[in-house]
Order: sequence, then C-alpha cells, then structure tokens
Amino acid sequence: MPTISVDKAALFKELGREYTTEEFDELCFEFGIELDEDTSQSTKPEDQAQPAQLKIEIPANRYDMLCFEGIALNLRVFLEKQQLPKWTLSPPKSGELETLTIKEETTKIRPLCSGVVLRNIKFTQERYDSFIALQDKLHQNLARQRTLVSIGTHDLDTIKGPFTYEALPPEEIKFAPLNQTKEMNGKQLMEFYDKDKHLGRYLHIIRDSPVYPVIYDSNRTVLSLPPIINGNHSKITLDTKNVLIEITALDKTKVEIVNHILVAMFAGYAESIEPLKIISPHNNESREAPDLTPREMQVEIDYLNQVTGLDLAPEEISKLLAKMGYSARPSQGESNLLDVAVPITRADVLHQADVMEDYAIAYGFNKLPRYYPNKSAAVSAPLPINKVGDIVRLESAAAGWTEVMPLILCSHEENFAWLNRKDDGKTAIKLANPKTAEYQIVRTSLLPGLLKTINSNKHHAVPMKIFEVSDVGFIDLSQERKSRNERHFAAAIMGKTSGFEQVHGLLDRLMLMLKSAFIKREDGLKDPQLGGYWIEEVEGKLNATLHGTRLTELSDPTFLHGHSAAIKLNIDGKHHTIGVFGILHPSVLQKFELPYPVSTVEINLEVFL
Amino acid sequence: MAGGTRGPVPVPLENKEHNVTQDVLDLLDQKEPLQTSEDFPAISQAEIKAALDRLASRSMVEYKTNDSEQVLLSKEAEAIVANGSHEYKVWKAVKDAGKVPIKELANVVGGESAKVGQGNAFKNKWVKKDGDSLVLVADTVQDTTRDLLKGIQETKSLSDSKTLNDLKKRKLVTLSKIIHYTVTKGPKYAKEIPVEVTDLTAEMLTSGSWETANFKPYNFNALGANQDAGSLHPLNKVRQEFRNMFFSQGFVEMPTGHYVDSGFWNFDALFVPQQHPARDVQDTFFISDPPKADKPRPDPVHEATMDAMEAGSRKLFATPESEKRQIKPRDFEKYWQNIQDVHQKGAFGSIGYRYPWSEDECLRLVLRTHTTAVSTWVLHRLAEDPRPARYFSIDRVFRNETVDATHLAEFHQIEGVIADFGLTLGGLMRFLEDFFANMGIEGLRFKPAYNPYTEPSMEIFGYHKGLKRWIEIGNSGMFRPEMLEPMGLPKDMRVYGFGLSLERPTMMKYGVNNIRELLGHKVDLSWIKEQPAVRLEKD
Repeated sequence: MPTISVDKAALFKELGREYTTEEFDELCFEFGIELDEDTSQSTKPEDQAQPAQLKIEIPANRYDMLCFEGIALNLRVFLEKQQLPKWTLSPPKSGELETLTIKEETTKIRPLCSGVVLRNIKFTQERYDSFIALQDKLHQNLARQRTLVSIGTHDLDTIKGPFTYEALPPEEIKFAPLNQTKEMNGKQLMEFYDKDKHLGRYLHIIRDSPVYPVIYDSNRTVLSLPPIINGNHSKITLDTKNVLIEITALDKTKVEIVNHILVAMFAGYAESIEPLKIISPHNNESREAPDLTPREMQVEIDYLNQVTGLDLAPEEISKLLAKMGYSARPSQGESNLLDVAVPITRADVLHQADVMEDYAIAYGFNKLPRYYPNKSAAVSAPLPINKVGDIVRLESAAAGWTEVMPLILCSHEENFAWLNRKDDGKTAIKLANPKTAEYQIVRTSLLPGLLKTINSNKHHAVPMKIFEVSDVGFIDLSQERKSRNERHFAAAIMGKTSGFEQVHGLLDRLMLMLKSAFIKREDGLKDPQLGGYWIEEVEGKLNATLHGTRLTELSDPTFLHGHSAAIKLNIDGKHHTIGVFGILHPSVLQKFELPYPVSTVEINLEVFL
Repeated sequence: MAGGTRGPVPVPLENKEHNVTQDVLDLLDQKEPLQTSEDFPAISQAEIKAALDRLASRSMVEYKTNDSEQVLLSKEAEAIVANGSHEYKVWKAVKDAGKVPIKELANVVGGESAKVGQGNAFKNKWVKKDGDSLVLVADTVQDTTRDLLKGIQETKSLSDSKTLNDLKKRKLVTLSKIIHYTVTKGPKYAKEIPVEVTDLTAEMLTSGSWETANFKPYNFNALGANQDAGSLHPLNKVRQEFRNMFFSQGFVEMPTGHYVDSGFWNFDALFVPQQHPARDVQDTFFISDPPKADKPRPDPVHEATMDAMEAGSRKLFATPESEKRQIKPRDFEKYWQNIQDVHQKGAFGSIGYRYPWSEDECLRLVLRTHTTAVSTWVLHRLAEDPRPARYFSIDRVFRNETVDATHLAEFHQIEGVIADFGLTLGGLMRFLEDFFANMGIEGLRFKPAYNPYTEPSMEIFGYHKGLKRWIEIGNSGMFRPEMLEPMGLPKDMRVYGFGLSLERPTMMKYGVNNIRELLGHKVDLSWIKEQPAVRLEKD
C-alpha cells in the first residue's frame, strides 16, 4: 500500500478544524485509510526539523488519494464539507484545440497516447511538488513502474502544436533531456542514464526496441522520450501558466484513469480544463481527451440493504453515497433501483458491490447491525490425510521424539548432492525467481530439513531424536498443475552410536498404531492380500570392474553400505515400497556438518488413507 | 542429566583423610557449641558447610552462620615479619659494617629495601649521611613496623582503622571475608548417622524391613527426574487449537495438498488482474519446471475426498427437496471463458478491468501465495449444488519476501469460508467476534480495506491487553460477485472469507519476536520441548 506524506497544518486547515492524533486516526480508520505516523509525535531530529507531517497509508486501488489534494478532497466530501466537484471541459474561445497525431509506427512499441491542457494554472512550491510527487506515485503503482503508462508534463508556452507522437530509431532522436544542457541521441541517452539510480530501472522498457517512442512539437522540438524522460526545453516551472500533459501507454483503460486523476487533482488550481484532440485513425483511437462525464450505473436498493443489514430509504442511501463522492438518485420508474453517477476519480468502482461497500463505509462499518443469520448448518470433517498425519505425530511424540517444522523450500544441493542423490530432472519442482540460493526447489524429501535442524542444534546433548510430518512436492505431468504433494513422515536420531535400532523401533511402533502387522517377506510377496509390512535390506549391486577394482553401486548411496532397508507394505490388496531407513553415509554427515552418526527413516503416509 | 543425582541420594561428602560429618558429631559430644573456625581451621568452608547441611537436614545439628573480616598479610609483609622491615635491614647493614657506601647499599640489602629503607632510616634518625656513605646514629633500635605486622599475623585483626588503611595502601595487608559456623546439637543428635535407606524397594516389601527402615530425607528443593519426553511443535499445537475451533463450528477441512497452483486458481479466478503487483516476481515465486499448467479441469481424487467428508452433512440435513435436487455438473470451459470475460470486458454486472487478458499468464505455475486458491476450487465445486457450507484450511503458503524478523518466504495461512444465502456484513462481524473471543480477544473493530477478491473488505483489529494498543489480527470480507458468479453460484448466494496467519497469534502467545525462532530449521529444540500446552481461551 502506498504511503503519502501530507502537511498536517495544511490538511487540518482544509478540513476546517484541528484534530488530535487519536481523533484523526479514528477518522482515517472509519474511512478506510490508515494513519501510519504523525511526525509531531516523533523524537527524531529530522522529523522535528520540519513542519509536522501525517503519513497516511492509502489502499492500493484509491489512485484518487495519492496526493495531498486527493486526501483533502475525499475527506472533505466524507465530512460533508463540500460536494465532489463536477469537472467539465472548456474548449478555447477560438474553438481550435491543440492536436496530437499518433503515427502508426508507435504500435511497434507503445501504441496509445492521451492528454489534456490545463489553462492558467497557479503553481506554488507546495502545489508544484505535489504535482511531481503524484506523477511518481502513479508511475509506481497503477503504471507498474512506467511499463503500462507514463506521464509527461510540459510548459505549453515554450512549444508549439500541432504535436506528433512517433516511433523512430534511437539514433534519429536528438535532444537535451530534462535538467541537462547537452544534446544526445536515443542511444547515447541509454548509456548516459545506465547507472542512474532513479531512471536506470526504466531503461529496459524500450532499450532493445528498434524504435523508441517520442513526442515532437511542430518545430521538431522533443517534448519527451516516453517512458524514460522529458526534454529540457519544455520543462514546467513555478511560473508555468499553461500545462500540456501527455500520457503514453500500453493499456487503454489505465491511460484514461491516469488522465482523470491528474485532471481531478490539479484542475482546481487552473482556470479551465481544455481537451486535447487526438488523431489516431490507424487504430480507431481518434478522439477528444479526456472524457470527464461521470459513469452512470444502476444499483439495486434491496441488494445494498440486504448485504449491509440496513433498511434505509433510497433518499437516505443517496445522501450517504454523496459522502463517498457519488451522485445518486432514485431511478425513475423502477422503485428498487438507484441511478448512480460514478465520478471520474473512482476508477475502483466496477460493480454494485463497490457501491454497497461505500454505502457501508458512509454509514460506518462498526455501526452496522451485527446479527449472525442463523441459517447455515454443517457437519465438520477433518481432511483424511491430516487425520493419518496426526496419528503419526502424536505417537511419535509419545515415543519420545520431538517434532520439528523446517521449511518446504530448500537448495538443490541439500536435496540431492548432499544426500548422494541424483536429480533426474523429472522429479523436483524448481523455482524461477528465488531471491536466495536457500530457496531453489520444493523439497522431495523431509531429510534435508531434519538434518539442517540437527545442525542448528549441535550444542544440545545427544542423543537428539526429531521427526516431521509434512508434505514434499513432485513434478507429476498427469495433474492439472503438473505437480502434486505427498504427505511424508520422517525421523532422525543423532547420537554417539548410530541409533539404527531406534528408528527401526519407531517404525515398528508407528506400523502397530497404523494397524499394520509385521509379516514375513516371503509371505507378503506370495500373497498381496496378506496385509502387513516387512523390511528388506537394500543390497549393493556388483555392476562393473574398473582398473581391476570391483565397483559396487549402491542402490541407495544416502546410507552406509549394508545398513539401509526398504520398507515394504501390503495394504488393501496392493503392494508398496513406502520408504527407507538406515544409517546415513558418513559423506552425508560431512556435508551437513554433523559430528555424530545419524540414522533416519522416511515413509510416504498417503498409502494409509 | 546424569542419572541418579536428583532425589534422595546425597552428594558424597567424605574425603580421603577424614570424615568431616563424623568429626563434627564426635567433637559436639565433648564440646558445645563448636566454632568451626577454631575447631576445624584446616577444613574448607565449602566442605564444612556440606557436612553441616547433611546433618542439619536430619535435625542432628543446628548451626548459625557468622560473617567476619580477616586481615591477611601480603607476601611482602610476611617477609618483613621474618626478616625485619626495610629500614631495619638498612640500619643492621650499617651497624654490621660500620660504614656503607650509598652506591653499595642495594647490593647489601637488596634494591627494594635500599629504596624504601634508606629514607625511613633517615626519618627515624637511625643512620645519617657521611659524604658518599651511610654511618650509624642510633646504637639500638626498635623495629615497630615488624612488630605491628607480627601482631596482625597472630590475631588476623587490627583495631586502629587509620593504620589499617595505611597498611592497605602500602599493599602490606588485604581484607578477606570469612564465614564460619556456630554449631549446636539438634533434636535428633546422635553420635553416629543412623543407617539410611534411599528408596523403598521390592525386597523391603517382601522382608518387611520397611517397617523399621530409616528413610533418607527427600530433597524437595531439587527437580524430579528428567522425563526425556517427546513433544509436539508449538506452532502445530496452536494449529490444533484453531482446527478444534473450526470443527466445533461445523467447518469441513479443505484439501490443500498442492503447493503449486496455476495463475488461474491463485489469481485470475479471484479477480486479481494480471497486472496486479501481487503477481510481480518481487512478490510471488514462479515455477520454472514444470513449465505450465493445464486449463482447469475435473480432479476426481480430490472430488472424492470432498464427497466423503461432506457425506455426513448431506445425510443429516437431507430433506425431500434436497434429495430431488439436481446436481448440475460444472462446465470448466464455461468457467474459463467467464473469467476471461469478467477481466477483459466485464460481465456479471461488472465493467471488469478492461485489459487484454493473457491465457499464458493465467496458466503460469506459482507457489500458491494464499490458500484462498483452494477455497476458490472448493467454492467452484459448491456451484454444482449451491447450499449452505463452511470450509476451512490451515496450510503453508509462499511469498517471495526478503527474510527478516517478521517475514519468512513461507508461513501458514488460516482460512475460513462460509457460504449461505442472504448473508450480511454485520453477520460476518458477529461471527468473527465469536471466533476471536475463543482466543480471548474481544471488542473487535473493523476497518474498511482493499482486497481484489472481497468487497466489502475489512481488516480485523483487536485490542491487545499486553501491548495496550489495537493491532491488526486478520483480514475478512465477502467474496466479490466477479469471483462467485463466473463459477455458476447464484447471485443471492454470498460468501464470507476470513484469514490470518498462524504464526502471528503463536508469536504473541509465546512471546516470540523473531519468526525464525518459530518456523524453520533454526528453531531451538529445547524451546520446542519447553513450551506449555496451548489453551487459547485461557491466555
């Protein structure tokens, strides 16, 4: 959520009274914004050195409150100090509009442009700063770092229409950028700003394009190179009287939202809002911009009242909606409808649900009748796999083991190389954009987390006995999401001796609790209908001879040769290998920096569902 | 913990030479009271105290502790007592030789004595200078410094505090605190410690010797034997409390067993626009392998799980009407199209976001950023037979956050969903009041907020008695028509959603300030073992 700093004294002057910090906090709370800080309460020297500021958090969809003017306006309307202004366009007396022609080449890079002229604006330092800051906030939020929309503002008296919006090879565009005296072409400009902390991060938007977007006046003066920077020639100052705003974009909806917000916030300082004539026949975007007509919609009165639990008359609802900037009146001919005009500032209003929420805010969320409609009835049920998991958790704890909760994400090497396991490339879910190497994949085994937990607890006395019941993830191309989770149980013991018989004993105990009997291997293999489990040693396979040395490839190199066992299960007439236990191979201990022998067991719990 | 040292077995006290316990008993028989400093000067204070405690615990002796100070000589002072003061040594050297050249003095009496002693010997008028040499003045002298120190050595005290301070400054003496004991016979005094047994044994029961046995007293000041107990993780203990709260209100647990979800279920179906900042690489983990999801389609395994869980509810609330009700199979193709429309051009009474909606973006795989993705799937299933229903889940979610004391890249989301006809916003507030009252948080306030998939949206604030301020404890709202109606749910069916993290209330409960001390591999095992059971309603 964006945070906006406003001058406390100036805001309270607009609101027509003083507020204590608590009172103002309360007002914000009711309206749905949040007072983050009142710097008059701060003890920091930098805060005390300047006039008190209120730092206010604004919901991400309220673009009309991203500057002092918008916050003051919306709160004044909410407090019924004024009605929301009706913004209207005034063409010049001559009837001749400024025009901007969009060339078809712009479709290759940034096809849309809108704009407006503010006549006889009166800037002060505060207004000027706010004007610049609002553009910045819009660029950050709605415009997604200028990728979707970007704004350029110009002193109209320094340039001469008609204007053109073109797309040209970077070498052909030559101008002195804002606050620079040296002229440069598009390519040089990219190099010039490459290391710039502020502008550097926007260069990628157009850098590699064969053509760059550019706006010229009739004398081929460059107004701007969107979305990077304006020209120095037309920059606005405190003395600027007539402002030309141009807005280029990829998104047709957002370009007009931005235009509306700039007009609504700053037209109050100008004498008139003059439309800009956009000529763009190739994509049917020729028009006069902006369209300041409020959007008319109809809302159902019974919907508004039912959801809020209120029962107010249409006139009362209309009055409350006016506090939120709407102008509403009962619809003619249809008693259940209100005609609502949504002002240009409220781009967030998409559905009558939004109007309903504003009705509730205007009434006061915390004053709404709090009745719970005693209608729904249900019978609770736990997720079956959680029930199985809980049995295993409780029995493991009762057997003297401690539950741990490591993370799901881990590095690739912890999950594979450190466990002497190979990644076949078809198993582990890989992340595209982790911020650190700690989070590269979704774990496919609970072992890395257990071993890292033991590593972090090396200062504790041994034996250390820990377990976890949680999910691992696998790629599974048969699924809609191309992956699936699997609920696992795993335990690890570190002590002066291996603890092999301990993990074995814990396994026996859990199998007993899961109603699975210990059976003979031969019997289990012979008759899958015979329910139960058995253990099979994982044997080394002799498979090659190198330089006269017989090489043994272990089928599970995670474990010490000859000290690991597969866990076999017959359940519901089906045979499964559900996991493995054993003494970890010393090379694994070395990777996880564990000083004593460790034995582990890990099984898949899904088969017990 | 070494076995057997807790409980009734005392620490062995006897050293090799003597049995202090027995010595105390023997001497008390002849002399009472005893002063340990006088009667046992060679035994260390720790050793004598252990012996006395052992006897006192059996009421065989009583003792009083006395503190006093001792004046002790330094090495230098002890040398003075043995060999005389520096000035005496100078005088003696001059007397023996008749005349000592000043340059030679250090060779005769040593450097330190020559330096300090010469001046004092002048001051005392014992010697004087004659040219470059020292000659005698006094024939006989009294070495008062040595006498003073000798007195201190014998009595270990000095009454004149001015002189004492002077000596301390000259580093000739130090003060040390000593503890000694005055010992008298106790009510159960005897000349020997009676034979004691430490525990009741099976043999004693058989032989009947328990009747006459003298049981060693139990040390109630120590803890009992360590249980070496297993334990559940505190976070999961709190999780179980929340699950119980949901179960007591008739909620069905949702199948959250997939960390990976498509943009469709995680975002688009929730009416989160494709340019929303939450879909930025800065906030969400995208999956590079596997590359892309399928379009939404039936999922028989999870359907069956849900059917089984809801069978009880359907049976219990069955009516003639409900049994006749037709199940309307879901049309996934239609759902997909509806979602595209509601984003791109508006539908279901909404003007939509009006942007070019991308199928590729929608099918990108992500690590789910919230379990609301699962709630969406469950609500879509509900559209087959829209009826009152309650669902919940508590499971892991992922955010591409920079890790700090309050943020991890993964945490647990608690999520509850209530679907019914004619729900009101105030009803949600009432429900949440009740829900949070179960964990001792009362007097909730609700702040209007923004969330792409709920309207109205409310942040839930509770007053924290410990912190003495209002804190945000969760988020809630009613799901947007743009989310529900594309699923095929009827317009008058409304759905509450609310959520909070599991970690935050747990951190408050256990006073944990750093989330890394709660979740992940860095958590301390002792901490896990020592946290008490959770009773959310109690504290």
